[in-house]
Order: sequence, then structure tokens, then C-alpha cells
Amino acid sequence: MVSVSAATRSRVKRSDDFALLPSTGKSSGSFWLYLIPGFVLFTVVILVPLLWNIYLSFTEWRGIRPPVWIGFENWIELFHDTKFWTSFGNSIAMIIAMVVVPTLLGLLLAAMLFDLIGKKFGGRIASFLRATYYLPQILPVAIAAIVIGWILRPENGALNTVLKGVGLGFLQHNWLGSPDTALLSIMFVMVWVQLGYPVVIFMAALQRVDPELYEAAELDGANWFQRFRWITASIIRPEIFVVTLTSTIAALKVFGPIYTLTRGGPGTSTIVPSYYSYSEFFQNQQVGYGATIATALTIVIVLLTIGFIKAQNRAERAESDR
Amino acid sequence: MATINPELLREDSKAGFEHPLKLVKRRTKRTVSDWVILAVAIVIGVLIAAPFFIILINSFKSPTDYASSGPLSLPRALYFDGLTGFWNRVNFPEKLWNSFFISGTVAILAVVISVFNAFAIGIGRVKGRTWIVILFLVANTLPQEALLYPLYYMFKQVGLYDNVWSVIIIFTVVQSAFGTYLLSSVYGTFPKEVLEAASLDGASRWQILWRVIVPISRPTLSVILIFFFIWTWNEFLIPLTFLVSNANQTVPVAIASLQGDRLMDVTTTSASALLGLIPTLVFFLIFQRTLTRGITAGAVK
Repeated sequence: MVSVSAATRSRVKRSDDFALLPSTGKSSGSFWLYLIPGFVLFTVVILVPLLWNIYLSFTEWRGIRPPVWIGFENWIELFHDTKFWTSFGNSIAMIIAMVVVPTLLGLLLAAMLFDLIGKKFGGRIASFLRATYYLPQILPVAIAAIVIGWILRPENGALNTVLKGVGLGFLQHNWLGSPDTALLSIMFVMVWVQLGYPVVIFMAALQRVDPELYEAAELDGANWFQRFRWITASIIRPEIFVVTLTSTIAALKVFGPIYTLTRGGPGTSTIVPSYYSYSEFFQNQQVGYGATIATALTIVIVLLTIGFIKAQNRAERAESDR
Repeated sequence: MATINPELLREDSKAGFEHPLKLVKRRTKRTVSDWVILAVAIVIGVLIAAPFFIILINSFKSPTDYASSGPLSLPRALYFDGLTGFWNRVNFPEKLWNSFFISGTVAILAVVISVFNAFAIGIGRVKGRTWIVILFLVANTLPQEALLYPLYYMFKQVGLYDNVWSVIIIFTVVQSAFGTYLLSSVYGTFPKEVLEAASLDGASRWQILWRVIVPISRPTLSVILIFFFIWTWNEFLIPLTFLVSNANQTVPVAIASLQGDRLMDVTTTSASALLGLIPTLVFFLIFQRTLTRGITAGAVK
């Protein structure tokens, strides 16, 4: 994501506009020819469906007879649709579970592993722990959800059985089946899945931090937290940006765990925009309305991406001006 | 998940999982609080690994063993009926093959398209390339729901609905959008002298691409190939929508669609989760080093 800014900057340098490869007499056509397959596929699979989907958000369509143009009706309905706002509220919950908690905890764990455990107990233990934290990340997210879902099964589930076994039977609960805990359970799945990603990225970034800076700060009487705040956090800020952006986008797109574990229920307690649009498309046959939800989600994601990149460029510029 | 960011693979990161971190050796005393922090870190590791362990032990238990001794004890006798039952029920080899065929084909096709695009953008430096790269990048952040219904309708019209090729075509484009973005910046710094020398020898652009650029960038291409393969393997929404008949389903879709089935007893369900996680664990073990390099090469210049 970050290199967009680099690409934009390179546009300024005129010398960059010449191909790296000089043209020869035996040239086999313009470079544009090489873009044709990519462009054709991109147009058919991304561009046309995207524009079509936006068009559909202004229609009523049940998927069989031709779509009927209804102007902004779907959009007006969307703004008054409490189910839609619930789904966005749940997206915020997903952001807490996939961005806020893993990033903060990831910073702490990465600093712990790198600064303390790596230095005092050896890099091997630190590397092993890091690999363990990363393990859930490699699973297909639907499978990860099934793993935790199995543990949370209402009857004879592992968690409930254990609770009963240790005399806490009164805490037994239908974790995914009751409105009060379903969303929390999904959030728990997502924290489990996501935590390893920031840890791995931040630990790699910490290798850039010059240990002498720390020693100097220590001599100046800075405590661990001050050093962390003013040295570590500022040096690895680019990684924090990237992790936050990619995880936020992923959080807004969550679908697999909802589909496999709760289908948005009970009621609408775990519904998210992607699942809502999917169910409008294929269960209620309200294609126009489903397209409206999907378009709204797209707008939010694109705006967020632009906002993030702008903020980061501003931060970078501020850094280089210093 | 698409949250992995294999950027800047040129930079060789030293942070492979199997390589201990290189650290300045300082002889420091381990205080009580150091041990406490180590204990906390280990407890967190155990908590994260626990679900894997629980699924593993319960997949080899009989339902009665599970009912009597609970989820945390080791199986009294190894019981394979859950695993074999589920294996046969979903025809697991067929699902493995579907996933493998789709992911492998996507990885190869997407790398080829990315190479073509990046050749024009990074080496050919065509006009407007910044915008082309941004276009591909935006395509990569789009939610798949925003393309889902039109794609569904289109593929139905051309008769590719419920055909693995619909999924292959879609993911070739999605993955190559990311590959183009990544590879364009790699090719943008390709050594000019090498290209000039090849060109003086009378090689055409097509020959230079295949005989010079592709062989030299092979390490980067293989990393991208592995990432495309695993990302496609882990995809869920589009295979779920497009591959409705049993014979075409991928591993995650086949397993997810049987959850909650009345015929699945408790340990068979655990076995189904185990079968779902084994392939990706195997990939992780095989490609550890490459993957870590890709993940940690770190998104930042």
C-alpha cells in the first residue's frame, strides 16, 4: 500500500519516463501489447461487474425478468434500515477484534518477545513463540471458525464440558446461539485468527531499531514505556499503518466465520454487511438491495483506503521535513 | 487471508521462523519479572495452540469415549471411524484435487499475467503507469460482494456456473491485480545494463522477457506463486457461490457446508475440522521460510 506514494513521486522525475529497455530494430511490438491480456481480463471480471453492481443498486431486480429502474429508493431504504446499521455496528465490533486488540496486543507481544525474551532467554524461544502465535493465520478463515465453533458447541462442547468439570457448571452457555454472547464469540475467533499477523510484522520491524538509541535513552533516565513510546513506536510507525489498514479492510469484509458459525443470527446479532448482501442476493432474491449494501460497503472501504494513504503520506512528509 | 503483505521481496529479511533472531548478545541478569514475562508469553502461546491440540485429540476418539471422558483427555483407543467416515462422506480426495487444481492453475496463470503487466509497467514504463498501478491496487481492496452478483449472472449466461473454471478465471484476475502492483515495483529497479546487453545482442523484447527477465526474477516469482496458491486455497465466498454441486467443491467449502448436519456426531465434526486444517499446516511447514520472508519483508521501504 505504501508504495503508491513512491510511485506518485517517481512521476515527477522525468528521466523515469524512458523505458529501461531501449527500442531496437527488431522490436516485437509496443509495450502496450503486453497489457492487453491483463486489461481484457480486468475489464471483464472487475470493471464491468463493479459498474453493473452500482447500476443494480438503483434497480429492483429479482434475478429473472429485467431489472426495473427505481432511482434512489434502495438507498433511501438503506439509510432507514436498522438491520443495515446493525450490520455496520457489528463491523465496528470486527474492527475491535481484528484491528484494535491485535494491534495493541501485537505491539506489546512483539516488544516483549524481541526486547526481553529474545535478549535474555535467546532468540530461539522468541522465534518459536512467534511461530506459535502465527499458527491460526495460516488456516482458511472458515476452517478457523469451525475449530473454535467446535469448542463452543452448545451440548457437549469442549468449553461447556470443561466448565462443568471444574465446578463452574453455572457458566455453561450456548455461546454462539444466544444473542448476548454470539457476537463476542465471533470476536474471540477473530482475535485468535488475527493476533499473529501484527506480531510477525512488528518483530521484523523492530530489527531496524538501533539498540544504541535505547542505551542513550536509558542513560537519560527514560523508562521502558517512554522508550517504547518515543523510539519504538515512532520507528515502526509505517508497519503500524500497514497493519491497521490491511486489517481494517479485512475486518469490513468478514464473511466466512459468520456464514459457517451463525448465519448472522440469532436474530441479527452477528450480521455483517457482506453476509447481509449475500443473503439479499441469494436467499431473498432482492438483488437490487443486495447490490446497494455491497456498493455502500465498497464506498466505505475505498474512502478508508484513500484516507489512510493520505494520512500516511502526510506523516512521511512531516518526518522528512524534520 | 489476504492480510499478508509480501511486499519488497527483494530485500532479504533475516527473520525466518527457523532462524533465531540475531540479537546483540548482552550478558544481563534474568530478574523475577523477566521470568514472569516469559511465563505470560508462554501461556499466551499455549492458549493459541490449545484449539489445535483439542481438535487433534478429539478427532481420534469415539463419541462414547468423548461422552465419558470429556474433551481434554487423550483418546483411550485410537478411533479412526470419524476421520474415515467424513473422508468417504465428502469424497475428500476429490475435494483435495479440486482445491489443488484451482489453486495451482490460478497461481500459474496469475503469475504469467502479472509478469506481462509488470513488464509493460516496470520495464516499458508506459504512459500513465502510476494510474494503472493504482487501478490494480484498488481492485485488490474491493469487497468481493461488489462483484458477486454480476459475475454470478455472467457466468450463468456463458455456462460456466458450477464449473471450476469460473473460480479460476475470477481469482486469476484478483491475484494478478496484486501481483502486478508488487512486480511492477520490483521490475522498476531491474538492472538496466543487463537489458541493454541483451538488446545489443539482438534479442527482441519477447525474447528478453522470457530469457533474461523471467529467469533473473525467478526467486520473486516463486514467492508470489506460493502466495497465490495459498490465498486461493483459503478463499471462501466465491467458491461457495459458484461451486454448488458436490463434485466441484473445494476443501473449505465442502467442510463448511456439512457443519450442523444431523448425521455428524461430535467427534466426526472434530475430524472434519482436522481434515480442513491439515493441508494448510502442510503448506506452512513446506514453505515456512518463503512465507515468512514474504510476510515480514514488511510492506515498508
